[in-house]
Amino acid sequence: MTDAIVETKGIEVRFPLPTHFLAREKPVLHALNGVDIAIQPGESFCVVGESGCGKTTLGRTIMGLQSPTAGEIYFNGQRIDQMDEAARKPIRRDMQMVFQNPYASLNPRRNVFETLAEPIRHLMPEKTGPEVRAQVEEVLAATGCDPSWQRKLPHEFSGGQRQRIAIARALVTNPAFIVADEPISALDVSIQAQILNLLDDLQAERGLTYLFITHDLSVVEHFGTRVAVMYLGRVMELAETDTLFSAPKHPYTRLLLDAIPKIEGGSFDNPREPGELPDPVNMPPGCPFAPRCPMAEARCRTERPELRTLDNGTQAACHFAE
Amino acid sequence: MTELPVEPVPAKAPRSKRRDVWDQFKSHKGALLGMFIFAVIVLGVLLGPYLWPYDATYIDIRARNEGPSFAHPMGTDQLGRDTMARMMAGGQTSISVGVTAMLLALVLGSLIGVVAGFFKRLDGPLMRLTDLFLALPLLPLLLVMVLLFREPLSATFGPETGIFILIVVAIGITSWMPTARIVRGDVLALKEREFVLAARSIGTTNFRMITRHILPNVMSPIMVSATLGIANAIITESALSFLGLGFPPDFPTWGRLLYDATNYLQQYPERVIWPGAAISLTVLSVNYLGDGLRDALDPRIRGR
Repeated sequence: MTDAIVETKGIEVRFPLPTHFLAREKPVLHALNGVDIAIQPGESFCVVGESGCGKTTLGRTIMGLQSPTAGEIYFNGQRIDQMDEAARKPIRRDMQMVFQNPYASLNPRRNVFETLAEPIRHLMPEKTGPEVRAQVEEVLAATGCDPSWQRKLPHEFSGGQRQRIAIARALVTNPAFIVADEPISALDVSIQAQILNLLDDLQAERGLTYLFITHDLSVVEHFGTRVAVMYLGRVMELAETDTLFSAPKHPYTRLLLDAIPKIEGGSFDNPREPGELPDPVNMPPGCPFAPRCPMAEARCRTERPELRTLDNGTQAACHFAE
Repeated sequence: MTELPVEPVPAKAPRSKRRDVWDQFKSHKGALLGMFIFAVIVLGVLLGPYLWPYDATYIDIRARNEGPSFAHPMGTDQLGRDTMARMMAGGQTSISVGVTAMLLALVLGSLIGVVAGFFKRLDGPLMRLTDLFLALPLLPLLLVMVLLFREPLSATFGPETGIFILIVVAIGITSWMPTARIVRGDVLALKEREFVLAARSIGTTNFRMITRHILPNVMSPIMVSATLGIANAIITESALSFLGLGFPPDFPTWGRLLYDATNYLQQYPERVIWPGAAISLTVLSVNYLGDGLRDALDPRIRGR
């Protein structure tokens, strides 16, 4: 394996919950619990999981929008989680983010040119005015935006157009790595395909690396090279996309795959095990998935399984996976 | 928007922002009327004294208590001073107090609101401070301030400027709280929007974040506060003058005119009507003006 472009080592993020200021207990929400992932250059690393499993927190932590409570983050071998702003600036240029909701991710008072020029002006202060303009036009063309959009305001565009602009903003500093946080979940299905193809084309042209956060497994199948399945702030299974879909090892992954609606039907015929997510504030000692797991035994409720590599290269956190 | 454009203009020159704002502003009839009336009042009180033959302090005891006539369209008061001249002189003071006090309250309120909303750690202390100010009974506080600081300020800046500063500051620091609360609420909501995260992800500093991304987006509530603030300041100044605690007695303001006229309310009711109508008209026109401005400055409403 080559050197990873982004690597996290045991990162944990905990959010203290609001309490009365005299309260004895300080409840803490565990958003991420020791996540280790290594993203190779040029791949589309997907993170899937249900709501509240920490996938967005993972993306934001890697981007430096959220500082980890513990653990280390590396970008091209440099540790970035404790850098000061001045040292971090050249790295910010190389990693950018595309957000979920294109209706909230563009400043409604600033036109497209101002929005796109801001990262260049801020992160590449050496660029002159005409260079900035040329770069903005280049990236607009690359993302399929019309150059006449530059003087328009975000409310004049549809969701798909806005998401193109948001992608253009992420690309305008020529980054190597992009965190895409559910970039298509707020869009119409017909537009979703366009945006996915755009991301694909851009990856081919520019050699981008994606961290693609989604809850839609069919998108992963189409788009991803490797997948990490997350559950309650932990990675449950990490595998090549094909392997994950053909031979899921973790019972949670199987549950997710069963939940994909299929044209021939059948997916909803067998009633699934009932069960609730454990409370992320008071985590049970054993496997977090045990309350919903059909295979759970006494051991699962007391001993937390570690992520381990199986024979076919898949990593899974389950006592029974093989 | 009653009619559809007949034909699309093919090569439209890039519309300037100012032009857009004006077009939207024009479509708000109330705002246009408000602007017109406010402009008439401001021009009248500024230029009127130069054109009007009578001085506001000139006493003509033989012509006292006259009703409206060609020589004195608004009549004269109990000392024979021309009410029209006093209205114009009083308007200068009242409007300048209103505008300056509003600006002060606005700057204070926006600053505290933005800081409280943006910096989580300062939110609690600043909002409790706001509550504290809101809980203070306004008029007694103003009275104490006027009593305490009138003499030293008059001695330092002269009686008129001193009282002007005192009243503007007194009104300013007792009326910033609603603005601060509204702005804080909006900043709290804006801070969670993804465009702020996007700006943060490129390492935008807090100062630039506030000036470029937060402040432009809270302009609407600030504009509304501004227009309400002018009205509020004029009324508070009138109340102070009415209580006899504002400017010196020979220095006319609209509030002082009202105060003087109440003694003669039964014999000469028109003397109350003139300043009362002037205050109401100014307040109303400024409110409409602000309403139109807010709509015109919002790009989402504009061009719809």
